[in-house]
Amino acid sequence: MGRIVLESVTKKFGNTEVIPPLDLTIEEGEFVVFVGPSGCGKSTLLRLIAGLEDVSSGVIKIDDNDATDLAPAKRGLAMVFQSYALYPHMSVRKNITFPLRMAGLSKAEQDERVTKAAEVLNLSDYLDRRPGQLSGGQRQRVAIGRAIVREPSAFLFDEPLSNLDAALRVGMRLEISELHKRLETTMIYVTHDQVEAMTMADKIVVLRAGNIEQVGSPLELYHSPRNTFVAGFIGSPKMNLIDGEEAAKYGAHTIGIRPEHISVSGSEGPWSGKVVVSEHLGSDTFFHIHGTGLADTITVRVDGEVNFKYGDRVYLTPRDDVIHKFDAEGLRIG
Amino acid sequence: MATQHSRSVARFMLAPAVILLLGWMLVPLTATLIFSFKKYLPLRGGDLGWVGFDNYVRFVSSSAFWPSVMATLTIIGSVLVITIILGIVLALLLDQPMWGQGIVRILVIAPFFVMPTVSALVWKNMFMDPINGILAHLWKFFGAAPVEWLTQASMQSIVMIVSWQWLPFATLILLTSVQSLDREQLEAAEMDGAPWISRFWHLILPHLARAITIVLLIQTIFLLSVFAEIFVTTGGAFGTKTLTYLIFQRVLESQNIGLGSAGGVYAIILANIVAIFLMRAVGKNLDS
Amino acid sequence: MARAVTTQRKTLNTLIAWSIGFVIFFPILWTILTSFKTEAQAINDPPLFLFFDWTLENYAVVQERSNYMRFLWNSIFLAGGSTLLGIIIAVPAAWSMAFVPSNRTKDILMWMLSTKMLPAVGVLYPIYIGFVKLGLLDSRLGLMIILMLINLPIIIWMLYTYFKEIPGEILEAARMDGASLKDEILYVLTPMAIPGIASTVLLNVILAWNEAFWTLNLTAAKAAPLTAFIASYSSPEGLFFAKLSAASTMAIAPILILGWFSQKQLVRGLTFGAVK
Repeated sequence: MGRIVLESVTKKFGNTEVIPPLDLTIEEGEFVVFVGPSGCGKSTLLRLIAGLEDVSSGVIKIDDNDATDLAPAKRGLAMVFQSYALYPHMSVRKNITFPLRMAGLSKAEQDERVTKAAEVLNLSDYLDRRPGQLSGGQRQRVAIGRAIVREPSAFLFDEPLSNLDAALRVGMRLEISELHKRLETTMIYVTHDQVEAMTMADKIVVLRAGNIEQVGSPLELYHSPRNTFVAGFIGSPKMNLIDGEEAAKYGAHTIGIRPEHISVSGSEGPWSGKVVVSEHLGSDTFFHIHGTGLADTITVRVDGEVNFKYGDRVYLTPRDDVIHKFDAEGLRIG
Repeated sequence: MATQHSRSVARFMLAPAVILLLGWMLVPLTATLIFSFKKYLPLRGGDLGWVGFDNYVRFVSSSAFWPSVMATLTIIGSVLVITIILGIVLALLLDQPMWGQGIVRILVIAPFFVMPTVSALVWKNMFMDPINGILAHLWKFFGAAPVEWLTQASMQSIVMIVSWQWLPFATLILLTSVQSLDREQLEAAEMDGAPWISRFWHLILPHLARAITIVLLIQTIFLLSVFAEIFVTTGGAFGTKTLTYLIFQRVLESQNIGLGSAGGVYAIILANIVAIFLMRAVGKNLDS
Repeated sequence: MARAVTTQRKTLNTLIAWSIGFVIFFPILWTILTSFKTEAQAINDPPLFLFFDWTLENYAVVQERSNYMRFLWNSIFLAGGSTLLGIIIAVPAAWSMAFVPSNRTKDILMWMLSTKMLPAVGVLYPIYIGFVKLGLLDSRLGLMIILMLINLPIIIWMLYTYFKEIPGEILEAARMDGASLKDEILYVLTPMAIPGIASTVLLNVILAWNEAFWTLNLTAAKAAPLTAFIASYSSPEGLFFAKLSAASTMAIAPILILGWFSQKQLVRGLTFGAVK
């Protein structure tokens, strides 16, 4: 249950093609994250799978059945929205049982499922409150509760954490991951935050302008990005991309080197520049370095104890074995 | 939201309203158009055949036509100006801290609930009556000769009655808008040393633009068809005959359907001219 | 943000506002007071304000002369019926335009509103003839339909603006949860829009209650509402101020009371949902 296949799916709004022909297979039980900058079509893709938008052409199969023209409710999918989309006039209990009520389940069955879901999500004490009386994190849990009681074949999450503050976001991220481990149900998760993608996904789909740039596990994407876009998008701080002479030395149009793969010294190294900003996170320190003649800024990530001040001249040494090479089209070489 | 299915459902759900309004507009309109090209006197021979544009020519050449158009526009224009200006003043006043704001608001809304026939009757008899009216007593109290309102100052009187009815509406809409003003913005302007008048002109008034548009639109719609106030008070005499009233007289009092229908077509044209101006302004203002 | 206001300033505001409120309300107050006077006291010079012999005589006379209850019932039936009918037709239409907008939505909305500008008098005769032919003249049903039609654009517009405030995601959630369109409108949209619908209903009841063109021209005795009841006092004999006042008070009291009790919703309604 929960295998979703997209075959040459396209979507046009008027004359604008938002999704050019796209093929994608999501295996049963996988946690798949669609990630990309805003406007890349990731939410549209999710809504196509949900059935909230029609595909312009192509086929969507859910568990080997053609679901292209099925109404959203008939697809057996549950969705958690960015704004939570809770029914403000219903209690938490009513919110969670709404899909069951619509499916015509018996009262006893409804009660049983809502009790179970509430336990899993720590909502037992809030069942008789209205959404308006809950905190952001609790509302998010209610939205998830409403999704899990349906026992869908897949969950769809549309940027579910973007309305939460940073601390809560980390907590909810873990909760959703745990939930996935426990339920073993397919989950499709849309986000613009590559950290969420890296930490949660079994498989990441990187999108840009409706095109799939790369599909792979978080580490695959990290270690061998298929092009400069993916290279720049995945990883924090961002990979340093260097064009020109220095790249030519490596036989490439562009080379990429991750901040954590550069070492810093006060005395020697092939590259040099001045520290403009140093960010101390405790465990790590990020230096932003100008004036290297390679790129506007080179970012370096080193151990927390290393200390240089604003204006210090530093020397950088990249690790040659982890340099990424790209050709003039931005595609990976080798 | 927009799947093929939901779009066709939407069309289906919109259909009854559209069909009803289309019918409501087209059927009588067509009939009026047909009548307007006929000599049609129900009490004196009925349908006397086609007469081309005769009715149109006669209606316009009647000495009452242009004055009636002017009267219509005068009433609409004056009432709009009065209610919007007073409405803004009242809204700003009611927004100030005071005791019993709720009660004052109730008092101010009240005229909106009064049916036009009642307000016209009450004003005509109990206020504007030159002998027993309150206004006559008031004038006498100050040693002035009572005014025969509905004959000597008929247009002003009607404008006053109608303004009284619509002031609550304007005030409330504008008050709601004033209350949503960004206080911090106003305070920032005060910190910047902007005097009250420029704060009003550059911050408050632009903020009220949308509300003023709504007042303009809604009031014009209702003012175009002001009827009972004139019917009850002057009966169209003393220069208060609006286009609506003139047509009413042609149709019901002289039972000349053809002529009245031609007038109806003119009224529709006038309404459309006003509507086009309004819709332009409103459409722009409501987009946000 | 809130700044301390001197008591003096507040007192001044209060004084000015109450005076203006009193002046605006005065015609209604005076009508109500006069309705309790005798005819002689009603035209006393100088006018009597509070110190007169309060009497209910005028109300008894008015009730005797014209059957108030029948007019009242017609008004309630017409205002309530036309509003209810209008809401039933307008909710689906407003749903369509608010949640499945197309390029033409704005034009349709504006066109609907423009039908309100159609001068009633221009189409009075055809409607009159049509009513005679259909046997609808002086019938509550016919008048109810007309009142519904003239207020329909306003109802649709108001509901549209209220519906627009409801996030589309909630309706999509309902759709994902397996709600049919009927369920979606009945269990999700309508309950969420209750305040807006209440305001719409209130405002349209008032508009229908006070409508004085069609109600005067299309009714005789049977279906006549309170507008016609009061119009019968516009003849010279209506110059009996006290009786006129009693009749006026009786005509406006129900809607005045309704309006005051539901002030909050009404204020919302009055702004047509378009001003926040």
